Amino acid sequence: MATQHSKTAARLMISPAVILLFLWMIVPLSMTLYFSFLRYNLLMPGMESFTGWDNYYYFLTDPAFAAALTNTLLLVGGVLLITIVGGTALALLLDQPMWGQGIVRILVIAPFFIMPTVSALVWKNMFMNPVNGMFAHIARALGMQPFDFLAHAPLASIIGIVAWQWLPFATLILLTALQSLDREQMEAAEMDGASPVARFVYITLPHLTRAITVVVLIQTIFLLGVFAEILVTTNGGPGTASTNITYLVYAQSLLNYDVGGGSAGGIVAVILANIVAIFLMRMIGKNLDA
Amino acid sequence: MSRRITARRTLIVTLAAWTVGFLIFFPILWTVLISFKSEGDAIKAPFAMLMSDWTFASYEQVQTRSNYSRHFMNSVVISLGSTLVALAIAIPAAWAMAFVPGKRTKDVLMWMLSTKMMPAVGVLIPLYLLFRDLGLLDTRTGLVIVLTLINLPIVIWMLYTYFKEIPGEILEAARMDGATLRSEILYILTPMAVPGIASTLLLNVILAWNEAFWTLQLTTSRAAPLTQFIASYSSPEGLFYAKLSAASTMAIAPILILGWFSQKQLVRGLTFGAVK
Repeated sequence: MATQHSKTAARLMISPAVILLFLWMIVPLSMTLYFSFLRYNLLMPGMESFTGWDNYYYFLTDPAFAAALTNTLLLVGGVLLITIVGGTALALLLDQPMWGQGIVRILVIAPFFIMPTVSALVWKNMFMNPVNGMFAHIARALGMQPFDFLAHAPLASIIGIVAWQWLPFATLILLTALQSLDREQMEAAEMDGASPVARFVYITLPHLTRAITVVVLIQTIFLLGVFAEILVTTNGGPGTASTNITYLVYAQSLLNYDVGGGSAGGIVAVILANIVAIFLMRMIGKNLDA
Repeated sequence: MSRRITARRTLIVTLAAWTVGFLIFFPILWTVLISFKSEGDAIKAPFAMLMSDWTFASYEQVQTRSNYSRHFMNSVVISLGSTLVALAIAIPAAWAMAFVPGKRTKDVLMWMLSTKMMPAVGVLIPLYLLFRDLGLLDTRTGLVIVLTLINLPIVIWMLYTYFKEIPGEILEAARMDGATLRSEILYILTPMAVPGIASTLLLNVILAWNEAFWTLQLTTSRAAPLTQFIASYSSPEGLFYAKLSAASTMAIAPILILGWFSQKQLVRGLTFGAVK
């Protein structure tokens, strides 16, 4: 159907987007790659020199990297676990007939629209603060010692905050998927005497597999880059207790002015993200065919 | 009998769901409540806090002391600006790919998506240095450029999935009935495309409004949007709970309302059409 003429027009219409994204992807990334092989400190301009793999060696052998990698994995894994399990439970609950379902949906989805700096600071001050926070007030009312969450369990606290932000996303997507479940199949299983647990394991869960995969992959992309929540609550501390890779690269480059080391870290982060991205792209590509 | 069981079940489900919904929403509600208290009352125990007098003082202070409205305008300009620029680039591209698909259309789409997977820290330094040398640090223009580029893949994808659903046969039928190209675009295509474009706009404004990596890295004061403004409360002086709450309430209210309108599109937009 498409004529040669319309094809040329189509190409013209696509090219601005393609050119812009190509430049956006290739120019800064090749600069990062180039910097990562330089000894380059912002405090000593004009002293740049080639150092080969040194920056990578220092970045990867720094104990902070091992800590940051562990923290990144714990953060991503912890939030995924909470949001998937919680989201599935919540979606199953919200899928039941009830009064005021629309309003409950609105309440549940709300945290997703809160900007990261707001939700982190609200949790840090109004809830987790060991003197004036609500948890401290409750602890004292029960005769217990208030717990300083961000000082003694910084990573767990950040996991909690981030999970609160992402639980709505998982719930909403799983709920959307649940609503496309074949009701007749469910009723047939019920009449054949399948227990609620069996129905969940053999009908609901397989139906949700695709949605869960999508949630896992998309959240992973965003969770690898968690930054604002750490910046405004703990600054990565105490020590490196709540530093993730993103924060480590930021600290190395813009707090220590070490462009070379920061760039090497940036490239490491890109490689890690790509491993995840490959799975995600395959997944979405398959759905495109379907 | 079964009807009574159903009613009881509905009641239990309703109670459970409302409780969970309330708990999840509670931090937001609490923030709004604290914003109407004085600083001294804001740090009291929950019950005493609730019982204390209500006041608008914090809202006034946030505006007069830190020029809230300027940061609000920065957020509006940056999120709306980047969305409109992205739409201007994306609408032709998505249109062409949906209606004149070539052999490589799918590859192009997948490649565009892959640019979204690049972690921001991977390009932090070059972008920071480029912005410094070009004088774009702490400018709205700079942020509009960056946010346009990071959201462009999502915008193109969302529009593509919407345009894809407009059946080509309708256009052909209109043509057969003697519709001119002008009336075809005006009366048939536009009405079908506008809802998709509107929800893309909505979702993208939300994403840009809440973006908190580049807005924190590339601005300090002049062009600082609300994300950066709120972050300045991470190391405050003196009592600040009420002011923080007032600033937060004003920062999240507009987007919360927009967000509630865009629930359905959210699923579609953020899963790139994989879950509908």
